[in-house]
Amino acid sequence: MVQDLGYLKESPSQTAGPYVHIGCTPNFAGITGVYEADLGATMVNDRALGERITVRGRVIDGAGVPLKDALVEIWQADAAGFYNSPSELRGTADPNFTGWGRCPTGADDGIFTFETIKPGRAPYKDGRKMAPHITVWIVARGINIGLHTRMYFADEAEANAEDPLLARIEHRQRVATLVAPREGSVYTFDIHLQGEKETVFLDI
Amino acid sequence: MSDLSNNKPETGAFFQRDRAWHAPALTPGYKTSVLRSPQKALLSLDGTMSEITGPVFGHSLLGELDNDLIHNFAKPGESAIGERIIVHGRVLDERGHPVSGALLEFWQANAGGRYRHKKESYLAALDPNFGGCGRTITGEDGTYRFRTIRPGAYPWPNGVNDWRPAHIHFSIFGHGFAQRLITQMYFEGDPMIWKCPIVTTIPDRSAIEQLIAPLDWANTIPMDARAYKFDIVLRGRRSTLFENRMEGN
Ligand SMILES: [Fe+2]
Repeated sequence: MVQDLGYLKESPSQTAGPYVHIGCTPNFAGITGVYEADLGATMVNDRALGERITVRGRVIDGAGVPLKDALVEIWQADAAGFYNSPSELRGTADPNFTGWGRCPTGADDGIFTFETIKPGRAPYKDGRKMAPHITVWIVARGINIGLHTRMYFADEAEANAEDPLLARIEHRQRVATLVAPREGSVYTFDIHLQGEKETVFLDI
Repeated sequence: MSDLSNNKPETGAFFQRDRAWHAPALTPGYKTSVLRSPQKALLSLDGTMSEITGPVFGHSLLGELDNDLIHNFAKPGESAIGERIIVHGRVLDERGHPVSGALLEFWQANAGGRYRHKKESYLAALDPNFGGCGRTITGEDGTYRFRTIRPGAYPWPNGVNDWRPAHIHFSIFGHGFAQRLITQMYFEGDPMIWKCPIVTTIPDRSAIEQLIAPLDWANTIPMDARAYKFDIVLRGRRSTLFENRMEGN
């Protein structure tokens, strides 16, 4: 026998189910008067630094149909590459930018939308810079454990070419699943759960 | 927003997730997963700044009734119908350290098993005094508690006769975005737990048991509410003591 390491097991995930809005975006679900506003609905205020952008997309199932009951959360650095988090020890993030957003996919069109800013570059652990990116987390009925992925920016080709995570993708044609095209100030990021265009999801 | 034992925020990457402990993505017994499950291998990578950091929420976010589902949607002087219960416990990480300042959001059906949601079609009655959502933030020692009514079981369209055991949904934020978790709490002694196709997506029986809250007789409030204790474990972090990081990371 040896000593017991004494570690606990992570609580197993369970699906967010069809009624996730009741708990996470009650105002969106029509339950008003409990919370003033839905958490994560606003990421910026007027004084936030950086370029204002819109991130819009859908979560598409294996039959090509957008999910109308999913919940999408994003987490990102500010314009200077700092995260609004106590674990950010390199500097102080912009206090006018939360870095975190939450949006249910539309009940009619399945579209999620975030009004945010374009993030700066943060370092990878070896000191190389990562390309600007947004961390994306998706939960829904039928998804047993939240799916992590990342959105990169199509107009950052040079940074994307040297990004350590994108470099790890073995099948190079799949890199495109993480790169959102730009039109004006809008980036479109469609997430494919399955099939030929399946998004690269992360175990991170 | 820091550990009791160490007031400096932690910056280590998280332990690798034990994917065999969780449900796989494809679980045909839970039919909706069939078209919503990724089929390709996940890209595995040690956490970066984007996962090591995460949003935290201050206690000032909370309203007075946010942790009281019996009253937070009820008309003044009224309360939700059902068996009054207290749900309490601790949020820990895999090292057994308390996770302070963790935002918990919860949602549930009413005592009859009916959700207040436009997609809900079960014929059980709505309770005009029950909304079904609540939230709280753990204290320095990782503890939390809230008051609610025990939710009812409800049928759902999957198999011809599938029912969900009584449960409360939980959404949890730790200190890093990689800890983000949504799960469900079940009640000790409910025979329906083992018949549920969503519960049994989890392959390991002891993993399922980790989601079953025991009746906590010691904390039951006489003549008022029974208590259930539900501890939640989030991913643990590596120590950064011997990790090579470039200056400024
Ligand atoms: Fe439920």
